This record gives sequence, C-alpha cells and structure tokens, in this order.
Amino acid sequence: MNPAVTDLGELVGREYKEGFVTDIEADTLPPGLDEDVIRFLSAKKDEPDFVLEWRLDAFRRWQNMKQPNWAQVKHAPIDFQAISYYSAPKSDADRPKSLDEIDPKLLETYDKLGIPLEEQKALAGIAVDAVFDSVSVATTFKDKLAKIGVIFCPLSEALANHPDLVRQYLGSVVPSADNFYAALNSAVFTEGSFVYIPKGVRCPMELSTYFRINALNTGQFERTLIIADEGSYVSYLEGCTAPMRDENQLHAAVVELVALKDAQIKYSTVQNWYPGDEEGRGGIYNFVTKRGVCRGDNAKISWTQVETGSAITWKYPSVLLEGDSSVGEFYSVALTNHCQQADTGTKMVHIGRNTSSTIISKGISAGRGQNAYRGLVKVLKGAENARNYSQCDSLLMGDRCGAHTFPYLEVKNPTATVEHEATTSKIGEDQLFYCRQRGLSEEDAVSLIVNGFCKEVFRELPMEFAVEAQKLLSISLEGAVG
Amino acid sequence: MLKISKLTVTVDGKTILNGLDLEVGPGEVHAIMGPNGSGKSTLANVIAGREGYQVTGGSVSFLGQDLLSLAPEKRAREGVFLAFQYPVEIPGVANVYLLKEAVNATRQHRGEEKLDAMDFLKLVREKLKLLQMKEEFLYRSVNEGFSGGEKKRNEIFQMAMLEPRLAVLDETDSGLDIDALKVVAGGVNALRSPDRSVILVTHYQRLLDYIVPDRVHVLAGGRIVRSGDKRLALELEAQGYGWVESDPSAVSAA
Ligand SMILES: Nc1ncnc2c1ncn2[C@@H]1O[C@H](COP(=O)(O)OP(=O)(O)O)[C@@H](O)[C@H]1O
Ligand SMILES: [Mg+2]
Repeated sequence: MNPAVTDLGELVGREYKEGFVTDIEADTLPPGLDEDVIRFLSAKKDEPDFVLEWRLDAFRRWQNMKQPNWAQVKHAPIDFQAISYYSAPKSDADRPKSLDEIDPKLLETYDKLGIPLEEQKALAGIAVDAVFDSVSVATTFKDKLAKIGVIFCPLSEALANHPDLVRQYLGSVVPSADNFYAALNSAVFTEGSFVYIPKGVRCPMELSTYFRINALNTGQFERTLIIADEGSYVSYLEGCTAPMRDENQLHAAVVELVALKDAQIKYSTVQNWYPGDEEGRGGIYNFVTKRGVCRGDNAKISWTQVETGSAITWKYPSVLLEGDSSVGEFYSVALTNHCQQADTGTKMVHIGRNTSSTIISKGISAGRGQNAYRGLVKVLKGAENARNYSQCDSLLMGDRCGAHTFPYLEVKNPTATVEHEATTSKIGEDQLFYCRQRGLSEEDAVSLIVNGFCKEVFRELPMEFAVEAQKLLSISLEGAVG
Repeated sequence: MLKISKLTVTVDGKTILNGLDLEVGPGEVHAIMGPNGSGKSTLANVIAGREGYQVTGGSVSFLGQDLLSLAPEKRAREGVFLAFQYPVEIPGVANVYLLKEAVNATRQHRGEEKLDAMDFLKLVREKLKLLQMKEEFLYRSVNEGFSGGEKKRNEIFQMAMLEPRLAVLDETDSGLDIDALKVVAGGVNALRSPDRSVILVTHYQRLLDYIVPDRVHVLAGGRIVRSGDKRLALELEAQGYGWVESDPSAVSAA
C-alpha cells in the first residue's frame, strides 16, 4: 500500500474488525483434504446448498486430475494433504509485536517505496490499532457505490445476499474442473471479491481489493467474480505494490470476468508476493486461472499485469471473444530475478465475427531467473475477420537467466489476420555506459532502461499504479547487475 | 583542468595509445585530429571511463584528482561530459526523462536541491532554443529513430543542459550538414567560458572554422605527434595525414 494509491488505500487496518473474519471463531483445521473438510468450510460460511454441491463435485473431479507439468517451471511435487485448508485469522497474540520482529529486507523495501510507518506495520502483519481515520471514507465509498447499484463485496457475502446472481455466473467462465488448480480452488475457495456493475453504469472509481474488508489477509484460494452488465464499465485493481508478509506457500486463485454487450472490464494486477531469497529458498507458488468472456457484441476485456513476485508464477489471463466485434487485450510485464520462474501468457479465443485481440508481453530475466511466454491465439471457424496482434519482447540481464517464447496459433477461418512479433535483447553495455556517462548510477541506469522496455504496458495501468510499478521494478532488479 | 601523462591503453592486447601526453587548461578548446583508427575515440572513452580499455600505464588527472580511479557516473557528476560518436538508442525512455535524471544526479552530487518541474522546464526551453530544437523532441525516446544529425544535436543539447567542466566531443561534426554544423557550433561556443574546457575530436578541419580552437594536436601512432595553433589544422587539410606520419621532424617536434 502506498500513498499514491489514493486515500482509500488507507482503509487497511480497521476494516478488518468489521469484515467476515470476525464471525468465525478462532480455530484451524489440521492439514489434509477430504469431503468433510469441504463440508466444514461451506458450513463455516453458511453457504447455500448449491455451493456445497458445486464444491464437492469439483473435489471429486480434482481427485482424478494430475498436477500439470507442461509449464516451463520446476518444483517438487506439492503435497496437498500437508496443507491446512482453513485457518482462522491470527489473533493479535500470534502476530509480530513490532517491526523488530520483521525481516529487515522487507522493511527496507517498504522504505524505498515510501510507505508510511503505520502502513508498514499493517503490511507486515503487526496488530495495528485504528490508526487511519478511514471508517468514514469506507462508508462514503460504499454509499456512493450502493446508490448507483454497484455491488462490491466479499464473495461469501455475495453468496448470502445475492445467491441467484452468483449462481448464474459462478463457474460460467472457468468451469470447476477446468484444470487441476482451478478444480482445487473450486473445491476449497475461501475468500475473494464479487463485483456487479448494473446496466449502463460507469463505475466512478477504481475498485480495488484494498477497499475491501480484510484486504491484508489474502486467501490462499481466492476466487473473484466480476460481472459488467450491458453498457457498463469497471476498472478493477488487484494486488498491492508493497510485498506482503505471507505464510501460505501455495496460492491457487481463480478470477472470472463476464462482460455483457457493450460492457468493458479493465483488470489490472500488480503481483509482488514473496519471491524467495537469492538462493531460491521459500517464496510463493502462484498458480492462477484468470479468464474473461466477452458475452455480448462490442464487449471489451483488458488484462494488464505486472508480475514481479512469487517464486513460481503460472498464469494465463485469457479472453473468450464470443460477441461480435468484441475486443480482448493482454498487457504483461513479468520479471524474474534470482531463482524465480515465470510461465505466463494469455489465450485469446476468437469466436464471434470481427473480433480483435492485442497481446503485448514483456519478459525480463535477471540473475538465474527463467521467464516463459506461452500464448495461444485461436480463431474458430465462425470468427470472420478476426484480427490479432501479438508482440513478445524479452530482455535478458546477465547470462545465467533464460527467456522462452511459446506462441501457439490455431486458425480455422481463412479471413483471419494474425501478426506475431518477437524480440530478445540483452540490456546493452553501451546503453548502460551512455546513462552512466550522464551521471546515472548503474542501478538507476538499469531501471531506466527496463522501464523504457515496459512502457507500452505501464501506460495501460492506472496512473498511480504505474508509478508504483516502476518503483517496484527497480527494487526487484536490485543487485541484478554489477 | 586536465592533465594526461604517458597514457598507454590496450584493447584486447593491442596497444592503441602509447605514452600519450596532453594538457588542457581551464577555458581552453583543444582539437584532436588524426586518421581513422588512430585512437581518438579510445582517448575519449578512456577519459569517460568506458569498460573494455586497459590502461597499462600513465595517469589522467582532472581538477587535481585521479580520474581513472572514478566510476563513469562519478566522472560525469564531477563535470566530465562525452558527446558520443555513436549515441545509443534507448527505446521507451523519453529524452526529457533521461535529462532530468542526469541533471538531478549532478545537482545532488554537488549538494544542490533537485530542480522542480517548473525550473527544469525553464532550463530545458532555454537550451532547446539555443540549439534550435522543437519541444516535441523532448518526448521522443532517447535517440530512437533520430537521424544522424539529430543524434549529434541531441548530444550537444544534453551538454548544454549539464554544463560540464570538461566536454569531450567525439566527431560531433560528422553527419551534420552545414546548417546543422553552424547550430551545433553555436551551441558549443555559447558554452565557452573561462572555467570550462573542450576537447574536439574530429578529422575534418571544417568544424574548426566555426569553433576556433586554442590548440590543435595530431594523434598518430598512439601519441600526440604534433601540436600547434589553428593553422596546423589548415596545414593538415592541405597536406593530408600522410605528411605527419611520414615526416620524422613532425614526430620529434611533438
Ligand atoms: N572496443 C574495441 N574492441 C576492439 N578494438 C577496438 C575497440 N575500440 C577501438 N578498437 C581499435 O582501436 C583502434 C583505435 O580505434 P578508435 O579509438 O575508435 O580510433 P578513431 O576514433 O581514431 O577512429 C582501432 O584499430 C580500433 O579497431
Ligand atoms: Mg572515433
């Protein structure tokens, strides 16, 4: 969290008290996963029956699935019976008491990002009293949204208050057994956001998980569902530019977006989970399924992501272009340093006529980082005049890192126009020297050059986010040269 | 200002500079001429601190300090500026952005406040005018898609912004048509001052019609083989470099 992400970012901290966390007694399930665990989870949330059935169905299918191994990433097999699928929020007694107990490197990063001390504490998981005067802000915010009919709440709350709406769309974009991790998520998801924008409404503010209750405690198995009804518009920000203290090693989230006729969804992510140390110890496995569907004519979905964290990232935000003249966009910066691995990209599926998609992917590898772009452009038979433009650029720093590009193309309609450009470049000694000759330190020179490389993606981010993303990139690249 | 003594430099084991001496006083403009491959750029790069050159002997002192022990950015902040013979492109980075970082890095080094946006813009506009450049130029990526002439002009524009103590201009005249040459020369002349020195690397005397040097040196065989005033440049033009290289008296006169 940072000052630039607007005053609403300050909500963190006290909303905690009012959220869905407090209605749960402090208890934690022992590690392991079976149907009883799922029943327990569902009961905890007082979910409607259809949700429990849906979870159990997903679980049964999941049991017959295998962990995928096609991605360009390496890790030891994950023991899913060794994970606890429910743990109550930490009581204040369990939390760190002061900044002295926090990894100094984390604090250093906060300082560099310019995060005020109280927010640092909140991010680091220290029990903070109501230090921000934001209850009123939160209320104003909610009132304002409610007035125009926007629903923005935790998914569990939506299941209780708007069960029919959720039922209509949940799993309609990412079916419960879509893939191994999506199936696991469907069985055990706990937290996440729900957004509904009514017909013709242009959501007047960026919606962000910051604003939502419990923002600091991102769940291991989050599930987000965003519906933009006809002619509406919403911009949604996920994540936090400051690295959050996180004890969960595996994150398997699902995000579903539905844009109806003439609607537009802009979804921006800055992912900065703990990447592990220089030797590759620790760090988050981020296995995410994100997909949007343009379910009406002229609908548009844009994914913009800046991925600098996690030990392993595996995600392919995709768009199904069903409506005629619908548009899908994917703008991505993925950075891997030290021992990080990223296998990310997108799928654009052209189904309707005159659909178009744009893919801009920027991969940066430093240290021993491995970065793979994997993209599928699929043009179905009925997709007359589909257009796609893909550009995948890789930037290498040093000679122990790697960049890999896997573009897949399936075109079933001869009227399609598909363009693909790919470049791989090394950060040039001559570029570095040029900047240093002008007085920039080597680190500043690197970050300047890298930011230039990422410009086409950064300009898609909301302004404040873009500034943060740039800072973040510089921090993530520290020690990458010299 | 700058004192180079017995400088010997090798590249990949090959000796390029071999016991070069050069002294440039404050406020002076020196031209260094020499045939292609004689080591002019090598000298410029060694002064600026580029990697890949092994200094195997001699010393370079700048304002009394050992220049060779400083990192390139430190030299720059101390006031050493190199106008590159081949300026590099940095895609996606706006000219103005690099400039701002550069100006502030130097100011910070001097213990001065960073320039605020207004003051910076004021300075930028003044210097753009000096070099007859349009403001849109600021927002283009550094050297990307610039013509040869635009790149050279941009170098001098940066120099004007940074107001260095010692400017080394490596073949800034090549690739310029006569009008651009006049503008660039005007920019350099505007910066001439008693506490700023300039080294002009060139192999045409044409530039020296517009920027009149105090001294002219000829570089050949890894050292300065001949020094004189601006008439030396005219002489060279008339006779060609073969004259310096083949005339033993020229060498002994150095
Ligand atoms: N980076 C380098 N790698 C290998 N050889 C070099 C390099 N730089 C210069 N040289 C060699 O050093 C000699 C002098 O080059 P240079 O300084 O560029 O000359 P000038 O600028 O006078 O034309 C040439 O023979 C050139 O080939
Ligand atoms: Mg040269």
